[in-house]
Amino acid sequence: MKKYILKRLLTAFFTLLAIILILFILMQLMPGSPFNDEKLKESQKAALYAKYGLDQPIVVQFFRYVLNIFQGDFGVSYKISKNTPISQLIQTRLPVSVMVGGVAVVIGAIVGMLLGLLAALKHDTIWDTLATIISVIGVSVPSYVFALALSYTLGFQLQWFPMLFSTKDMMGSTVLPSVSLSMFTMASIARFTRSEMLEVLGSDYMLLAESKGISGGSLIFRHALRNALIPIITVLAPLIVDLMTGSLVVEKIFSIPGVGSLLVNAIQSNDYNVVISLSFIYSAMYILIMLVVDILYGVIDPRIRLAKKGE
Amino acid sequence: MADYNEKILDIHDLDITFNTTAGPVHAIRGVDIDLMKGETVAIVGESGSGKSVTMKAAMGILASNAAVNKGTIEFTYHHADGTQETVDILEKDKKWIRRHINGKRIAMVFQDPMTSLDPTMTIGKQLIEGMVWHFKTPKKEAWEKAIQLLKEVGITDAEKRMKNYPHQLSGGMRQRVVIAIALACNPDLLICDEPTTALDVTIQAKIIELIKRVQKERGISVIYITHDLGVVAKVADYVNVMYAGKIVEKGKINEIFYDPRHPYTWGLLSAMPDLNTEDERLYTIPGSPPNLLREKTGDAFAPRNQFALEIDDKLEPPMFKITETHEAATWLLDPRAPKVEMPEELKARIERMKKEAEGYEES
Repeated sequence: MKKYILKRLLTAFFTLLAIILILFILMQLMPGSPFNDEKLKESQKAALYAKYGLDQPIVVQFFRYVLNIFQGDFGVSYKISKNTPISQLIQTRLPVSVMVGGVAVVIGAIVGMLLGLLAALKHDTIWDTLATIISVIGVSVPSYVFALALSYTLGFQLQWFPMLFSTKDMMGSTVLPSVSLSMFTMASIARFTRSEMLEVLGSDYMLLAESKGISGGSLIFRHALRNALIPIITVLAPLIVDLMTGSLVVEKIFSIPGVGSLLVNAIQSNDYNVVISLSFIYSAMYILIMLVVDILYGVIDPRIRLAKKGE
Repeated sequence: MADYNEKILDIHDLDITFNTTAGPVHAIRGVDIDLMKGETVAIVGESGSGKSVTMKAAMGILASNAAVNKGTIEFTYHHADGTQETVDILEKDKKWIRRHINGKRIAMVFQDPMTSLDPTMTIGKQLIEGMVWHFKTPKKEAWEKAIQLLKEVGITDAEKRMKNYPHQLSGGMRQRVVIAIALACNPDLLICDEPTTALDVTIQAKIIELIKRVQKERGISVIYITHDLGVVAKVADYVNVMYAGKIVEKGKINEIFYDPRHPYTWGLLSAMPDLNTEDERLYTIPGSPPNLLREKTGDAFAPRNQFALEIDDKLEPPMFKITETHEAATWLLDPRAPKVEMPEELKARIERMKKEAEGYEES
């Protein structure tokens, strides 16, 4: 198991390096330089290049870039808020997005699995139909429709939850955006859990377990769920990243100061450094989640864990 | 040896329908099976003849769309204090069957060992699960017992294997594990659903030997569900030949193999591969098993039966008694029926089988 995790970690590290390289090359390919002011003389430009190390060979620049990134230095923003370090910009916004998204993931995964479980266990009954209808709605209706509906009913009419996000009431104001974001995840997980559970429940090993006479509860939780979990985790992983990195529309509706809106701002105002830094952070998060998923696979499925050992 | 006079299982007039999206499928149409303690009974028939369904009904693990229309499945067992009790399994609910019958008194060995073990659980955990549940055996004690069981079914390195996962074992080993799981709670009756079909030939013989040995040592009753007459010849005391949800011929092993009466049994015996046959082509029964979605009047086998009489299409034949133990459901046994002999080729083959058997006994 240790060797398996180590291998995954190494793979993750090199993937990250490759991503930085691609981002770096993209940046180099972009026309112009940070010092495009016509008033600058050649000698002044040279001085500036020297100051920022841009007169160095490109390989040296790359390694410096990598080192800085790993120290948390992403450079400064040019346009959105001039000369503010990007790390500072992200520092305030990323936790908000991760929290709203994280809550959405938890709600979506848990409710989705329960719904799928119910549908599979009560296969071909009214419960199954009901769960299917909910999943179809969840998958096909975009999250901002839920956001508007929720904010109108629970926010405006009933006034249970605040309509706008505020850092003073993080708990309360997370509810509406998280719930609206979780709908898609919930619906996909529900559909997937249902079909996976149905397949597992019809398998020979479930029949054998049933013929042992053990109780219905341990049949489901000890035998069925664990086997159904492997494919479920596979679909859950990319959904997690989607949610964590923030959704622009939902962030706008609830005026959440998250990274989603930061990214759009940066793209619109050609703030390259911010765009690239955010791209890097998204990729890093994706890799991290995939790493966790890979390790979880190993924990859940002995076939993967032991195969990697080289048996 | 076991007491042969005590009836352990008595299936009477069992009738089961499956409600499918295509309509009701009348899978079991009045099945009677008796099993005495310590005996081995084989149920033989083509795929879809209802062999497995009958036995799943006895274990209460029928699919949810199955409906039992009539019949009884009486199972006799002894309580810990020695008192005897007979219950009709069809009248008990799932929970009761789970607690008192499944695994504890009736255990099952399934067809495909590659898929019948939980891939995410160690062999050991799967072995002790039943013991811990039924007898509240402490885990440590159950673990020791499980190691003994693995040794009993011929697995070397039992301690190490306990911590293995199914995918680390070969097919033959897995089937041994499945048998060990079935034996874990000392059942009175072992149902083997095609236990060797998915295994290769060299392993098949070993698994059959293993089941025979276990049966002898423990004095338990065994039901074999199979389509392989070769297996039947090796293991069974009694044979039930099943066709389209009905028993069409039943009798002692010698009666079925040396004096078959039903044309379907003739077909099955003729279809057995044999090196000594003069015909180079392997015999097959013409046609295919009937679609049970559409019920047919008369004998279900009539359309594939070259010896079918006119009445076969109109009236279902009753069971005709040939000896005390031998019965067959074919109108050919009616006194009014024309005298029909089994095919010459089969007759010659039976003669050969008899001679071989005598040869065995002498040597």
